[in-house]
Amino acid sequence: MLAPSPASSWLQRLWRAGQLRALGWWRIVYLGAVVWVLLLSPSTWERRARARLLHRLYVDTAPVLLGFSALAALLSLVITRIVVVTALSYGLTRYALEMVIRVLVLELIPLTAALFVAMRLTMAGGAQLAQLRSSGYLQALRERGVDPLRVEFLPRVLAGIYASITLAGLSCVVALVMAYLGVYGLNMAAFATYTRMFGQVFTPQVTLLFVLKTLLFGMTVALVPTAAGLHGLGRQQSEVGALARMFAVLLLIEVLFLMGNYY
Amino acid sequence: MTDKTLPTGAGLPAPAPAGDAADLAALAALPPVRYLRLKATLLLLLTLALVLGSALYLLHARGVFEPTQRLVLTADDSEGVTVGMDMTFSGFPIGRVRRIELAGDGGVRILVDVAQRDAHWLRQSSVFTLVRGLVGGTAIKAYSGMLTDEPLPDGAVRPVLPGDATAEIPQLMASARQLLDNLGELTGAGSPLAASLAQMQQLAQRLNGQGGALGVLMGNPADAQKVLATLTRTQQLLQRLDGLTAKTDKQLFGSGADAGLLPEVRASVVQINGLLGDARTSLTKVDAVLAEAQAVGANARVASTDLGALRTEVEANLRKVEGLLDQVQRTWPFTRSASDAQLQLP
Repeated sequence: MLAPSPASSWLQRLWRAGQLRALGWWRIVYLGAVVWVLLLSPSTWERRARARLLHRLYVDTAPVLLGFSALAALLSLVITRIVVVTALSYGLTRYALEMVIRVLVLELIPLTAALFVAMRLTMAGGAQLAQLRSSGYLQALRERGVDPLRVEFLPRVLAGIYASITLAGLSCVVALVMAYLGVYGLNMAAFATYTRMFGQVFTPQVTLLFVLKTLLFGMTVALVPTAAGLHGLGRQQSEVGALARMFAVLLLIEVLFLMGNYY
Repeated sequence: MTDKTLPTGAGLPAPAPAGDAADLAALAALPPVRYLRLKATLLLLLTLALVLGSALYLLHARGVFEPTQRLVLTADDSEGVTVGMDMTFSGFPIGRVRRIELAGDGGVRILVDVAQRDAHWLRQSSVFTLVRGLVGGTAIKAYSGMLTDEPLPDGAVRPVLPGDATAEIPQLMASARQLLDNLGELTGAGSPLAASLAQMQQLAQRLNGQGGALGVLMGNPADAQKVLATLTRTQQLLQRLDGLTAKTDKQLFGSGADAGLLPEVRASVVQINGLLGDARTSLTKVDAVLAEAQAVGANARVASTDLGALRTEVEANLRKVEGLLDQVQRTWPFTRSASDAQLQLP
């Protein structure tokens, strides 16, 4: 039998890599669809499953809530100070606060919250899932008639989405408060002006895009690493691949929504 | 209680504990949480409150809960006007642009919602301007000159006056260019200013040269010499005047044994005073004589008045005698014929 030529083996490797890449993306899409189907299924919301879901939501979200809020407050205060001082030197203070809100609340905080959830929760969850799968635990569950998607995958994904939304929401509120305090100090004299300016920034179009972006960020950071853990080739490969895919999707979403907001 | 602690794995049926499967089950299991259901509910409520609170705050910030009245501003151009932008009064936002639409005549209708609590600042005589700044966005401003005027009704339509700062740039540039051209002409090599400066320099040189300012004033050295000679002669004249004055002083006031003219003049004045006193006495006497003469004149005037009356009386008596003679002539015909009886007038 003849040995394959170098060119054909290179093509084969390329073909195989392409197949694997497409398969990885397909699995993410497929598992995303599965999550929606399970969410709409009444059996997901029966008492024991609901308790399991609540447990996962609480355990994943509550411990990081305070720390991330403090981090967001610090970040907001520093950025507000930088922007206000810079604007003051150029005589553009009336636009400083609007810029702070646009930069912080609309762009930075949702992305930071999503990345924080990915690093702190879902990447670790995906790795744990990959370990369970490689050790045969998930297979054992199947053999006992328990769907691993329902008991291990869905709670992790929902907990990731929930944590991402909650952290983004809370840190946006914290950022708004800190921006106000950073500019006006501890008094309520400028609250009406601030509220009016907030209303001008958050037009219906911007608000809709902001909500959609936060949801999509949450789904990305929850779904991509968990899906990689469930179907990855190995723990190391699945983690690295999940990270790359997640960043690619986050970047794509950010670019799309920037275009939606400013074009 | 069900919400105290959930069992490991939350009721998950544990797989066969073969080998290290028990460790895996422990890995998959969640840590036990006291009062889990309560805490999870609180967490969900927090998220719900965050979402609902943010939505309500946003609606409030967008002015959804605020009662408003409509104001329609008409303009030629809507450039820079955006939905949601403020209309300000004295720097305070009192309204928001809700809609921008094309009018039937091709103009622009800007529909502004004015908060009812601030609507009293807008009056029938209020003026609205659309200002486009060089930096920053466009601003709609309201001005009310007479706050005692009638309030602006709901749905009022008013024109908005353009106050475009950038529109004046071309005019400003044209003026600046003209100014620079003038400046260029003014400072050019053959310009009057350059010629004036050259002449100034020449003048400064002449001022510093022989003759100095006098030479500049007189125009030529000969005239300047004449002025100098005049000055010299004037100085000599002043010296002679000084000598004359000294001699006059000596003659008037004297020197040493010579008493001078002044004491003699003083004695003459005393004598003149005495003569004047005598003259005053003589004049008094003349006054008395004149008074007597005046009295004589008055008597003569009275006598003249009496003579006039006497004359009048004599004339009357003469007329009476003449009349009597006429009557006698008519009564007693001493003449022979009637023709002789004619009255002969003197």
